[in-house]
Amino acid sequence: MTQEFKFTVNGKPVSVSLGNEETPLLNVLRNELGLMGTRFGCGLEQCGCCMVLIDGEPEKSCGKPVWSIAGKTVTTIEGLGSPERPHPLQQAFIDEQAGQCGYCLAGIVITAKALLDKNPSPTRAQIAAALDSNICRCGTHNRILRAVAKAAAQIRAGAGA
Amino acid sequence: MNAPLPGPLADNPSLDRWVSFPSPGKVGIFTGRVELGQGVLTAMEQIAADELDVAMARIVLRSGDTELTPNEGYTAGSQSIQFGGVAMRQACADVRALFLNQAAKIIGCAPDELSVRDGAILRKNAATGQDYWTLAGAVNLAVQATGSGPRKPIADMTVIGGSSERLDLPDKIFGNAIFIHDMRLPGMVHARVVRQPNRGATIDAVDEKAILRAAKTPVQFVRHGSFLAILGDDETAVDLAATAAVDHVGWQNVEAPTAAQQEANWLLQRPAVDRIFGAPDEGNPQGRQRFEATYTRGYLAHASISPSCGLAEYRDGHLTVWTHCQGVYPLRAALAKTLGLEASAITVHHVQGSGCYGHNGADDAATDAAIIAMRMPGRPVRVRWRREEEFVYEPKTPAMIVKVRALVDDAGKPVDWTQEIWSPTHNNRPGAGGNLLGALALPNPPPEPPPNDVPESNGGGATRNGEPLYDIAAKRIVHHLVAETPVRTSALRGLGAMPNVFALECGIDELAERVGKDPVAYRLSIIADKRARAVIEKVAAMARWDAKAPGGAGHGRGIAFARYKNRAAYSAVVVELDVAEEIRLAHVWCATDAGLVINPDGAINQIEGGIIQSASWVLKEQVRFDNGVSSIDWETYPVLKFSEVPEIDIELINTKDEVPLGVGEVTAGPTAAAIGNAVSHALGARIRDLPLTRERIMAALLKE
Ligand code: FES
Ligand code: FES
Repeated sequence: MTQEFKFTVNGKPVSVSLGNEETPLLNVLRNELGLMGTRFGCGLEQCGCCMVLIDGEPEKSCGKPVWSIAGKTVTTIEGLGSPERPHPLQQAFIDEQAGQCGYCLAGIVITAKALLDKNPSPTRAQIAAALDSNICRCGTHNRILRAVAKAAAQIRAGAGA
Repeated sequence: MNAPLPGPLADNPSLDRWVSFPSPGKVGIFTGRVELGQGVLTAMEQIAADELDVAMARIVLRSGDTELTPNEGYTAGSQSIQFGGVAMRQACADVRALFLNQAAKIIGCAPDELSVRDGAILRKNAATGQDYWTLAGAVNLAVQATGSGPRKPIADMTVIGGSSERLDLPDKIFGNAIFIHDMRLPGMVHARVVRQPNRGATIDAVDEKAILRAAKTPVQFVRHGSFLAILGDDETAVDLAATAAVDHVGWQNVEAPTAAQQEANWLLQRPAVDRIFGAPDEGNPQGRQRFEATYTRGYLAHASISPSCGLAEYRDGHLTVWTHCQGVYPLRAALAKTLGLEASAITVHHVQGSGCYGHNGADDAATDAAIIAMRMPGRPVRVRWRREEEFVYEPKTPAMIVKVRALVDDAGKPVDWTQEIWSPTHNNRPGAGGNLLGALALPNPPPEPPPNDVPESNGGGATRNGEPLYDIAAKRIVHHLVAETPVRTSALRGLGAMPNVFALECGIDELAERVGKDPVAYRLSIIADKRARAVIEKVAAMARWDAKAPGGAGHGRGIAFARYKNRAAYSAVVVELDVAEEIRLAHVWCATDAGLVINPDGAINQIEGGIIQSASWVLKEQVRFDNGVSSIDWETYPVLKFSEVPEIDIELINTKDEVPLGVGEVTAGPTAAAIGNAVSHALGARIRDLPLTRERIMAALLKE
């Protein structure tokens, strides 16, 4: 029996019909809505590749059953910015060339966005502590930390976030 | 006489395998190397842009494709630039020379009066009306490379040596579908494999009802011998079914690795293929001091951030495979054998995955998809391994034991060095005779390959960096290639280099300590190689190395050095750290000489990645066994976290040398040894077994 689930993704109302109400939000984003930016890394809420904002809070979408999202607002990496209008975080990641394989980056940018929304002037240690919810296996950590600090400075200086 | 062609160009000598001019204003470049997150495609474009004198924006690059690109074997061993890049550079130089000859004929001048600016042919800097594209029809690129095209002098390079931005990063930062995991083909079915626990295990019973119940929405089974797969249109259902199947499929002849097999010491007394090479015998020990120490390291996982993924479609007698593996041609050959197809009936395309750092599950996931696709012609199949599946079934880098024995002269310098190594193979790649995992579950599985490791001519596997670069009169390696292993083992970043450099660079520190010498001064006193000296001196200066820094109170610093494979880049690393119950890295400095650097920012990015990954191995990582592989996720196999990563300073030296030297793996060994040496300095006690766990630190402190 299929059920209908309605919520908002990147500012647009969406509605999906699914046979299993436990379907993880991650699979809904990727397989039903074609939003591939939110990545699968573990499906165990351990790696942060699948990070999205749900009502502004960073959440691992692999562990969020679709029923729990009904009526909520989801922001994914695609909703943050575009090459034409990059979010300051995305611009800073490009400026710092913060990435190797880049598989971890979408989730990391989302975690960083949630951090900067709460704390516009984080220290290196605070950024690192927030990003401990994400794994980067390539060892791009320092560039990522620099990129987040740079984006924070730019947002403080008035860049659109 | 021309110099011999660079290897990959000699193997693929037709110039049209490397360069084309497909349409006005566009340049096609073909490389057999693939992007693994190391930025190689950007570097290749830089090389081509500089040697052809065209803007990078004109270049359309294709990589790792059995239909399109040269066969360059594997993208591995830090060889992409050192060999593949050099081949690309010469191919482009040859192509440029052919065009200048043709232009000279038309214009009626000598070719050396001509130059190229963004594809346009100039004579004494004035336009000639000719360019690559007006001439393309008259220049036949289906000719053999000669190696006679003059390469641009390094001093004239404008793109090489500049930090061009990575071409692939924006897609990753904006969340575009760029990874193989993001591919969706029309009519595609999702699949998971119910893994055969070990070679020889056979399916006893399948409780299909229980699995279907767990799936909640319909799934199908495909079975061939003991190869069992679950497929369906809904990925969630397929995942649920596959997870449930672990408990609802019974197996016979199961062998599980035991806790005892987890430790490196288990390798002693196993059947092995033994070799001794190097200096004939241990010089006369008369009157010499002897030094002997044994170092070990456990099994490590590649632990790619994303589990492996592969897609395949079998249609009209042709199999098409999409994979993130490191070698599309070797995979094609291995698939042909496994599936009984001609290689010409198989196309393998590379699509980016997450960083692999060596031979992970990529080839196997592609094989799974191919096996299933062959049984459902016309239907594209996507296999994505589960997280646990990747941890349990990816090939591990082997545990190793390295014993160093040295004879020391009156001044405390080594005059005779033996490095004795126990290790399973570092090469189970399909291209080296290793088996594809799925093939083992099929009827008539292929036989176990004979014990074999990477030959020394290719840098060695377990013996890689087993020979010190120091000036020691007699050096030899004793290699025990252990034939029996509890798990499949294969290549991980640096192969044997990390344990070997850890052992020999800790050993060198131990020798320095015996004669009360500063580790930096001691190293410089036993090495003449100028480039080696330069990186050691440089890193000591960067770190403001203090020979008199007191140790023993929980704060320490250590240095280590290696030239990767004794023939690629040189790197020296200094680590500063604190040890309480655990080790906290404070700062890392690194000086590297990689010769000609195509993209300095890219090289630094990779060097830093290598440092952090090696630090993670040393501080945290070991694959655990407990009636099976028990490191199954990020909690049971933790890696270094953001809050544990130190600040790192890296400098490149000698970057305008003519010859580029591979850089991707150079820091694995020196980082590990510098940490080991710093811990010893901090504690006043040495730990010779990796990883440097809390238990080992406590034990070392108690011994004091
Ligand atoms: S995929 Fe969700 S945390 Fe790893
Ligand atoms: S860049 Fe590869 S995992 Fe972070």
